[in-house]
Amino acid sequence: MSAITDPVKGGFRPSMLLYDTRYRSMTIQIIALVGFLIAIGWLVSNTAQNLADLGKPLGFSFLWEPAGYDINQRLIEYNSQMTHARASLVGVLNTMLVAFLGCITATVIGVLVGVMRLSKNWLISRLMTIYIEGFRNVPVLLWILITMAIFIEVFPQPRDFRGEDAVASMSLFDSVALTNRGIYIPAPTWFAGSGAVIAVFLASIVGMVFFGKWARKRQEQTGEILPTFWIKLAIFFVPAILAYYILGKPIGLEYPELKGFNFKGGFYMRNSLIALWFALSLYTAAFIAETVRSGIQAVSKGQTEAAAALGLRQGRITSLVVLPQALRVIIPPMISQYLNLTKNSSLAIAVGYMDITGTLGGITLNQTGREMECLMILMAIYLAISLTISTVMNWYNDRVKLQER
Amino acid sequence: MTDFSYVRTEMLEERPAPTSQTGIVKWLRENLFSSVPNAILSIVALWAIYFTLSHLLPWVFQSSWTATSLKECRASIAAAHGEGTTGACWAVIRERYLQLIYGFYPADSYWRPNLAFIMMLVALAPVLFNSIPKKMMLFTALYPFIAFWLLWGGSIWLPLSVIAGFVLGYVALNVVSKASSELVGMIACAVVPILWFLFFAGPVADIMQGIIPISLESVESAKFGGFMLSILIGITGIAFSLPIGIVLALGRQSDLMIVKVICVGFIEFIRGVPLITLLFVASTLLNYFMPPGTNFDIILRVIIMVTLFASAYMAEVIRGGLAALPKGQYEGADSLGLDFWQATRLIIMPQALKISIPNIVSTFIGLFKDTTLVSIIGLLDPIGLSTNIRADQYWNGIIWELYGFIAVIFFVFCFAMSRYSMYLERKLQTGH
Repeated sequence: MSAITDPVKGGFRPSMLLYDTRYRSMTIQIIALVGFLIAIGWLVSNTAQNLADLGKPLGFSFLWEPAGYDINQRLIEYNSQMTHARASLVGVLNTMLVAFLGCITATVIGVLVGVMRLSKNWLISRLMTIYIEGFRNVPVLLWILITMAIFIEVFPQPRDFRGEDAVASMSLFDSVALTNRGIYIPAPTWFAGSGAVIAVFLASIVGMVFFGKWARKRQEQTGEILPTFWIKLAIFFVPAILAYYILGKPIGLEYPELKGFNFKGGFYMRNSLIALWFALSLYTAAFIAETVRSGIQAVSKGQTEAAAALGLRQGRITSLVVLPQALRVIIPPMISQYLNLTKNSSLAIAVGYMDITGTLGGITLNQTGREMECLMILMAIYLAISLTISTVMNWYNDRVKLQER
Repeated sequence: MTDFSYVRTEMLEERPAPTSQTGIVKWLRENLFSSVPNAILSIVALWAIYFTLSHLLPWVFQSSWTATSLKECRASIAAAHGEGTTGACWAVIRERYLQLIYGFYPADSYWRPNLAFIMMLVALAPVLFNSIPKKMMLFTALYPFIAFWLLWGGSIWLPLSVIAGFVLGYVALNVVSKASSELVGMIACAVVPILWFLFFAGPVADIMQGIIPISLESVESAKFGGFMLSILIGITGIAFSLPIGIVLALGRQSDLMIVKVICVGFIEFIRGVPLITLLFVASTLLNYFMPPGTNFDIILRVIIMVTLFASAYMAEVIRGGLAALPKGQYEGADSLGLDFWQATRLIIMPQALKISIPNIVSTFIGLFKDTTLVSIIGLLDPIGLSTNIRADQYWNGIIWELYGFIAVIFFVFCFAMSRYSMYLERKLQTGH
């Protein structure tokens, strides 16, 4: 907005700071800045005074003291003799683990449910509506607690696996143990030569990408369509499997085994992790499903009909015409759903999963009494994670966005 | 001319449609079994429904409504439906439903939250419906003070003297603007109430209480709980976040660089961190920010943080509304010679708010669900109370009945509100 003012008659008068549009915005900004700084200064001085009175001046040295507590779900080496900083790092990785797993499953479930909700099958679309409304209208904290309770109730205790007449048995050819303390799955063990197999596998992924580009170029030049999906699938699997057998099976699996009262070996996913992961995925998936549905419905019917008139088959109509247009509508709300999931993962504290809120904002805070420092770091970490996710996703969104003039 | 014709002259009798094309068979064929994959899906879905219901319904109905402990409950279910039957023990709901609704609020004062709730509906009416006379807005403005007095109790003169502060500010604005310039009036409008609150409000309330004692039995915050607490936090949060959100949204849109930076920073900061960290701030840090010696109420602290949280989201919702307004509206307001505040108040905001109503309602639903998080910092909302009830030796081990009850209540509230927002969306749709 710009306003045209009369040429100034006479010199500058103080009242012009308020009534002249050229100076007024400056005045308002300076007043706002001064007010803001005064408010901040007031809060900071109060805080400094209060902290000084309590005898705990601001300082981060406590982070390098031994934490003294155990974390039972961890991705990196940790024991109670290590520092608070290390414990927090374990927490950050746990947050990222559950957020990553949750985002993937939520997307898969959400897209499936969103598509099925539009299905012509009356029963299926009604069921999906019930699922969506049920999950969206009940607090996520309650869902997390319910999932955890179901988990503890439904799965057998580890001691049920013991003895000759065991009540429970392991699933999937004795490789996976589902217990109410968590799930034990086989962990890979690496022998000599396993590096080569992985290198071959990575190389075949690169090869797959290049093949895709080449096939597309060829299609644009000659009009021939190759069965790219099957060829890509072959490139993905065949070289790695060949390398695996030629090098003498260098990658093995370590199976979980029952020892004493609990399982040992294999990869352990604690019940709280599974419960949190499931609850967050199902809850967020309900929102994603609505996003997907509205995205698909936003593509006008004329687009589908025009594509059909051009002679495209149903599958190609979906993949070449409907989906690219629907994605543009779907992605921005999807970003905020991913952010919500990541932020909701902080509710881990309710089921005792040691994410960053449970370690830094929970036990470390209570043990050291450093509320100010702990919460500052905690918020900074969440802010950094949120900003990273939104930057990456916005970059992706800019790439698929319709190029407007 | 021969008189035979090749054209049939009489109409054929109408025949009934084939059975596969009518009634339930047609519906089944079209909706459930139109193709092989569809048929498989339908059968799987039917099986899933049967499986769920066959486990859930007996549990729900083979239940006990009268018992004083979980043990007694199980015994009475086993007696009524045979040994080994697992049934719901609804007796816990029957015994504790008042607690789940009101927390530990004194039982002889239940009329106070009830009355506050009914008055809230009255106060909301002029906001939700256009047909109610605008004078009712006065009641809406007074309602927070009435509700505060009803819920927390204490002397009536405290809220009255706070109201007096606002009235004084209004009077100062009018009197001083007439006597002097508008600017001096606005300064007086800010200064007079602050002086009143700082130096006079407390003593005047005490003196008046000495002269005419009117008071309700005061109830401390620790006794608040249950759905009353959820509704209290949710409604207060949303009501106060609306004006703050509007200011933040305008600040974010403004050309003033510093104001914009402050607003964007605040909004992005709040939206980037989880609510639970803000609640931790409320429970541990907020007292540090205040002058030494202040120690104010935990519910008040939670409400402050929840309000800040909601206002960042509200700002984004309203920004969406502002962005959806055609540019011509802004230009039209400018061309009429309205200044910024006039244009905002008369042209921009009414339309922007109308566009944002459905999203405001969904923000409210989100906030209402998020009030359950206060159980993590130890407040007794329904989830906090369910833990509390389980700690009772008679009800130790009861999970599903409590969670189920809480989930159903939340579902009813939130589902009703989301339907209302969809209805509004349809009603406000002015496009094609």
